[in-house]
Amino acid sequence: MYRDKYFFLLPGLVVLIAIIIFPLLFTIRVSFSSWDVFQPGLDYIGGRNFARVFEDTRFWESLLRLSVLSVSSVLLQYVIGFALALAVWREIRFRRFFRVLFLVPMMTTPVVMSVIWRTIFHESLGPANDILQAIGLGTVPWLSTGTAAFISVLIVEVWQWTPFMFLLLLAGLVSLPREPYLAAAIDGAGPIRTFLQVTFPLMAPITIGAIIIRLIEASKIMETVYVMTSGGPGTATETSSYYIYIRGLRDFQIGYSAALSLTYLVIMIVSLTIIAKVLARMLLPREG
Amino acid sequence: MKPIKMALLLSSSIALAGQGALAQGDYSKFGIKEDLPGTCSYANIDKKDYSGKTLNIITHAIPVMGEPTALHAKQFSELTGAKVNVVHVPFGDLFQRIMIPFQTGQNAYDVMFYGSLWIGDLNPFLEPVPEFYRNSTGMKDVTPNYIGVASWGDQMVQYPVDGDRHYLKYRTDVFDNPELQAKYKEATGKDLKVPATWEEYNEVAAFFTDWDWDGDGEKNYGSAEVVKRDDLMFSAFISRVAPFAKHPDVKGGFFFDLETMEPLVNTPGWVRGLELFVEAQKTFPPGGNNFGLGDEIFSFGGGQTLMSYSWDDAYIQAMQTDSRIRDKVAAAPLPGSYEVWNRKTGKWDKFDEPNRAPYITWGWTSAVSKNSEVKDVAFDFLCFFSNEANTLHDLQIGRFGVNPYRKSHFTLDLWQGKLGWSEKSAQTYIDTLSGMDLSKNRVFDLRVPGVNQFMSALAVGVSEALAGQKTPQEALDGVAEQWRAIVDRIGKERVREAYAKVVALEDNLQ
Repeated sequence: MYRDKYFFLLPGLVVLIAIIIFPLLFTIRVSFSSWDVFQPGLDYIGGRNFARVFEDTRFWESLLRLSVLSVSSVLLQYVIGFALALAVWREIRFRRFFRVLFLVPMMTTPVVMSVIWRTIFHESLGPANDILQAIGLGTVPWLSTGTAAFISVLIVEVWQWTPFMFLLLLAGLVSLPREPYLAAAIDGAGPIRTFLQVTFPLMAPITIGAIIIRLIEASKIMETVYVMTSGGPGTATETSSYYIYIRGLRDFQIGYSAALSLTYLVIMIVSLTIIAKVLARMLLPREG
Repeated sequence: MKPIKMALLLSSSIALAGQGALAQGDYSKFGIKEDLPGTCSYANIDKKDYSGKTLNIITHAIPVMGEPTALHAKQFSELTGAKVNVVHVPFGDLFQRIMIPFQTGQNAYDVMFYGSLWIGDLNPFLEPVPEFYRNSTGMKDVTPNYIGVASWGDQMVQYPVDGDRHYLKYRTDVFDNPELQAKYKEATGKDLKVPATWEEYNEVAAFFTDWDWDGDGEKNYGSAEVVKRDDLMFSAFISRVAPFAKHPDVKGGFFFDLETMEPLVNTPGWVRGLELFVEAQKTFPPGGNNFGLGDEIFSFGGGQTLMSYSWDDAYIQAMQTDSRIRDKVAAAPLPGSYEVWNRKTGKWDKFDEPNRAPYITWGWTSAVSKNSEVKDVAFDFLCFFSNEANTLHDLQIGRFGVNPYRKSHFTLDLWQGKLGWSEKSAQTYIDTLSGMDLSKNRVFDLRVPGVNQFMSALAVGVSEALAGQKTPQEALDGVAEQWRAIVDRIGKERVREAYAKVVALEDNLQ
């Protein structure tokens, strides 16, 4: 009778197996096969796909590019998001309006917004260059040189996902206790000192959580690259997920793309764990 | 009984029997002007009763090919009583959505619309077109080019619904303008003429770049090309390479040496084509080196650029009734080259006339699955889709992506008479398109297993050269290395066997 309670776990367990465990195990199995456009089915070829991954310089370059893109975009999102959250945390006019306004980019569909941004960055017809020309700054080759295209993708990522950071940080700010602020005020601390010695330390756990969540999401960037640059010019904006998409769904190298995906997954788990630990050591107060 | 059938029986005392029967009845409610006689005319399909049968179709997203599929599926359903389900898929997903059910033995779709270059991968899963349809009035009218495109060896496994090729489009209001001709002569010392070589193309494009030559207050540019990686850029590149690397007297392969299966992609002819492609970038509009097909259509069709080359879309866009450059455009064969790389002798051969190598690049096609349980319905649908009335209707709507592929499409009466094009715009269009059919030096797509892998590697290499990350030679050496690896993975004999069929088309053996 006592054991009957475990049956209540069954629906959740079934869902977990169906949507997480099975696809993961299936991907692992596929990664040891040569499933390709000319070779259907799950044969067994040992670790050949993984050996190929280690020799695939395009994959490693895309991973490096992704690291730079995701770390820089998340840092920018954090700084801007924190600033906006602090701004509407205070008693300002139209606070509710601004809170909703800042969330709008996050609520839009990434593919649609990427199309709109591509139009904005259109070098002869888009408004970005029109504005720059109007103020005498000349035009920028937004999507047609490697560095500019990389920055354009970065801008769209920051625009789209800063609101998410804003939302998390604002929720954190709202939940902070009032007592430390009262104590700081009694001690005569100014706004900068209060921020550095009260707000920022109190927000550390939320900061770590927000950065890790955003890093996980940012590392999956796909739609923006797909729509805006197709990974180009050359390979200047090709990220790991876009590269895996090309190999898997365009080239139909199913076995190899499964191996790429698993390699990428392991690298992400390891690196995000390290980042979380480093952030915790840097930002959280040491015990004892 | 369905209302249409009832009306037909009441209004007609003559039985419509046999193929080629005269069309009867009023089918204008389906959006066509009139039914036209033919094997699968509205009247003939109307006689079929497929009630209780279901047809599953996969096609491209709306509008290109997706919209005519949905339209004719609805009509077919109303005429025959069949239930027709249409799945629309973006181009990037189309191949895998078709391939996965095939590879896993599922009967997901009876009819597929897809890019004809995938025949090398899909042919084992396709039902050959039955003799009845091969002898249909519509099929008898298809030009030999597109019968070849639809065939795998001696078997027709694809059902032609579209004809595609790359050709040159240019602005006649510039090339025929005495003032601009004089200006060009003064600046370059040469006569302004429609480019016969890619070098001339780049020269003319460079002169007409970055100034307002059409007087609309906006700057114009020389050339709009499809350059965005993974957005069909490989087709644009092959168009540029073909006359340098497709020697009319050297048989046995354009992409590979059929005997050795050694890639030819990094030979001097290909490298020369890429060097000129890189050079042409300075004649593009701002952002032009990130142009996809849609941008190219908009740029030339919208009047921004002097010249362009790709599929028909930009030309049709320019010739739409609301276009400000309607009747100010003309078509011509792709530029050629006076020098062609001879891989047998390892030297450049000189020609008195530019070597032209028309590129019959991939277009839309359709096929019926071998696993289908309703093959009769499926082939009737494709025959109906491409019947005389529907094809005439679809040709006139640019966004449908249906381009001329039948002999009857190459008549002045259709383009000038019915569509109201100017004589020059219509005549050059017809001459250019039909002339490609007659060429003995054509280039076809690399229709082998894994074609997407080959083209993906090519696109990345070319893109790296265009972005200045590598020299043209380095970039194409990298592509050749990848092609060797792909051939090794797929199997040399397997690729060779498929490639021999492409070579047979190119060497006019089929």
